[in-house]
Amino acid sequence: MPEQISDNQAEQLPPGLQIDKVDDRIMTLNVGPQHPGSGHMRIIVKIDGDYIVDADPDPGYVHRGEEKMAENRNYITNIPHLERPVIHDSCNILYPYVLGVEDIVGIEVPERAKYVRVIAAELNRCVYIQYWLAIYGIFLGHSTMFMWPAGDRELMIDLLEKMTGARVTHSYFIPGGVRNDLPANFEDVCLRQVNYFEKRIKEYADIFYDNPILKARTEDTGVLSAQDAIRLGTTGSVLRASGIDYDVRIKEPYDVYDELDVHTNVLKDGDSYARSKVPWLDMLESCNIIRQALEKIPKSGSVRTKLKPNPKGGVNEVYRRVESGRGSAGMHIISNGKPEPYRVKISPGSFRNLIALPYLLKGEKLGNMPAVYWSLNYWPVEADR
Amino acid sequence: MSVIAPKFRLAYFLKGAIDDLFWAIILVTLIGIPAIQIGLFYGSLPVIEGELVTAFLAFTLIFHPEMAIPLIKSLLYSDLFRIAAFPGFGFAALIAAGTIFVERKMLAKLQLRVGPFYCGKIEGILQLAGDGLKLISKEIIIPAKADKPIFWVAPVLFVATAAAFVSLIPVAPGGWVVADLDVGLLAVFAVIGFFPIITVLSAWSANSKYPFIGGIRALHQMVSFEIPLILSLLGVVILTGTLNLSEIVESQSSFPWIIFMPIGAIVFFTAMLAELERIPFDLPEAESEIVAGWLTEFSGMMYGLVQLGSYVKLYAFAALFVVIFLGGWTGPVFWPPLDEEIITTGLEITSYTGDVFLTVATPGLPLFDADPNEWILQKQGDLMYTSGQLLISGVIWFVLKTVAVIFFILLPRGVFPRIRIDMLLHIGWYKLIGLSFVNIFIALGLLYAGILGPGGIF
Repeated sequence: MPEQISDNQAEQLPPGLQIDKVDDRIMTLNVGPQHPGSGHMRIIVKIDGDYIVDADPDPGYVHRGEEKMAENRNYITNIPHLERPVIHDSCNILYPYVLGVEDIVGIEVPERAKYVRVIAAELNRCVYIQYWLAIYGIFLGHSTMFMWPAGDRELMIDLLEKMTGARVTHSYFIPGGVRNDLPANFEDVCLRQVNYFEKRIKEYADIFYDNPILKARTEDTGVLSAQDAIRLGTTGSVLRASGIDYDVRIKEPYDVYDELDVHTNVLKDGDSYARSKVPWLDMLESCNIIRQALEKIPKSGSVRTKLKPNPKGGVNEVYRRVESGRGSAGMHIISNGKPEPYRVKISPGSFRNLIALPYLLKGEKLGNMPAVYWSLNYWPVEADR
Repeated sequence: MSVIAPKFRLAYFLKGAIDDLFWAIILVTLIGIPAIQIGLFYGSLPVIEGELVTAFLAFTLIFHPEMAIPLIKSLLYSDLFRIAAFPGFGFAALIAAGTIFVERKMLAKLQLRVGPFYCGKIEGILQLAGDGLKLISKEIIIPAKADKPIFWVAPVLFVATAAAFVSLIPVAPGGWVVADLDVGLLAVFAVIGFFPIITVLSAWSANSKYPFIGGIRALHQMVSFEIPLILSLLGVVILTGTLNLSEIVESQSSFPWIIFMPIGAIVFFTAMLAELERIPFDLPEAESEIVAGWLTEFSGMMYGLVQLGSYVKLYAFAALFVVIFLGGWTGPVFWPPLDEEIITTGLEITSYTGDVFLTVATPGLPLFDADPNEWILQKQGDLMYTSGQLLISGVIWFVLKTVAVIFFILLPRGVFPRIRIDMLLHIGWYKLIGLSFVNIFIALGLLYAGILGPGGIF
């Protein structure tokens, strides 16, 4: 049958564009950005019946140019906006920047400040993971698992509010230490609340992690083998769920993590269930770390080494990374001797984990999409920077 | 804000109010009054004590205690009342509204939060009314390329089918059911068979991808769970030898069937959850996968109608479970009191001097005993009860059991995550159908062993 030329839609397209041949069996779904199961991003999913034949993640809807903004502000005024990509993990996303700036400026941090930083970072990790877990629960249709972590998260937020004065965007870490000392009697309150928090999150196993339907849904879905996890460059909980013992807190200890007894939680399966369980185990480990840090923290002393009013370093470049809630978060800071950094490159864990998504979704069922997608511990705003 | 929302202007408001009033008057005059007149001319008005009740007489009677009871009684026993109010849609809608409120509060307590709190001052009991008002006042948006007639009619059909389902459920002894069919159970299955058709029609007519996927999922789910749903009830039909729901209830006067057929009850309950699209089987509305499933394109009161229909359907399924497995209205009469304490000679109304000046000649329980002349007739156990007593007690037992079943339908929502479509079909086709056959064999065994059924020892 000869093609009809006049009505052909492809003829009217501007040069350089073409229409893909679309199979009639394939339906293209734009999951997001206005979709309850997507977050601030889009996944272009092609489905054949109930099976996903192609998935194309399309981030970038919340790109705010944090890296470019950092070039026009000095080292101190960069702090509040650099924590904006992950406001509920603000201490951890700011940690590599602060460590890097300390290297560039050349400043020592008091011992007490290091412990305070560790406590704040671990509290903040719990806050982030609770938020993540709440969304994982509601993505699987488990509304109780949405409400419980969202409520228990308040315990950690209250502690952080006592420490820093802000509930979410703390801006607590600064080069040279932390902004202010712990309030009076903080250690007792913190210990009590962390113990209660640990008791609470252990209950999640009863309703969520040991739930037979959850296990049936998430086990053996989106399996990421150890080789693939390394090859795709995933980090954090995704890597540890695939059986690779990797944690920046142990491999490259920063501040006082080498003085504390830190364990990693490694699961071998590499499926969605393991990926959803590792952050929960991390929370329990964070509670242990906080308790150790509260024991070992020097009872008095300065928490801040004063900087010069407009600090600047030499011509230098530095790359520091920490273990954030989503894996290793690194910052590459280049200084050319001016008060403003020449370049700040953020390398968040989210973006690395997203790379695994199309590989994992291909061949899965459509119903597995939220279970696989959110188990990657991906935070769209952080990945877009 | 002033850019987005137009400013409040009194003149516009008054114009809108006057417009509404104008249309209300026009519609009442042109449609309402002729309808009332036609009803009065052609409708069959009750004859009370040899006198035909006209509209004027009816108005007079309301204020005359001696005559008001027969008049109200004639209303209570009319078909319209049954269809619209008591065993029919009004009763179901009331329980559905209660279900929504209880669901929200119970789920909130389960999840360590408060739930609806402010609307209605007391624990947010008017939240549902507020939600309904909001839905009514919202704009109804229809997708541009939708098949408009089908899209419009689908929510109405959904509610109508749910109401048809409700009309088959017997609520109390003495024929308190809208349609008392000899093939009641078959009619129930026929009505249930309409739901997937409506779902697919609405999903397809919306001409949108997510509703389409949701509709296909609903079709899969409902069609494959209808088979265990029907098979699980066959055991009861074998043992009772009837399809009439009232007779099935009467067969359970000594024990409910759930004692002998727990497997059938479990299968029916699971299939019921799937038919109702409740968590863990809410795949057709799975929000993290397909937005709101086949409800995605419904807006305003169309969405409200679908929700109303689905909760009425929930009541109807719970009631069906009660009727078939839990013995429906049967249960000991604990309220109202025994027959010695019931008026036997009619209600005497005395003046302040103590003289009887009026006797309402309705013995038994006024209003609820159908025939005043034959009121102590029904026997249950060793005691005699009036039909009014049995009616009230039956409704109480029925509502208590239905509420208990509804509670168990609501509970999984706080405990389970959503299941996947292949797991769901696996459960439906492999496990539930097999279990329902086991149930049928148990029923047959009990029948041929002579334990239950016609000629059995129980």
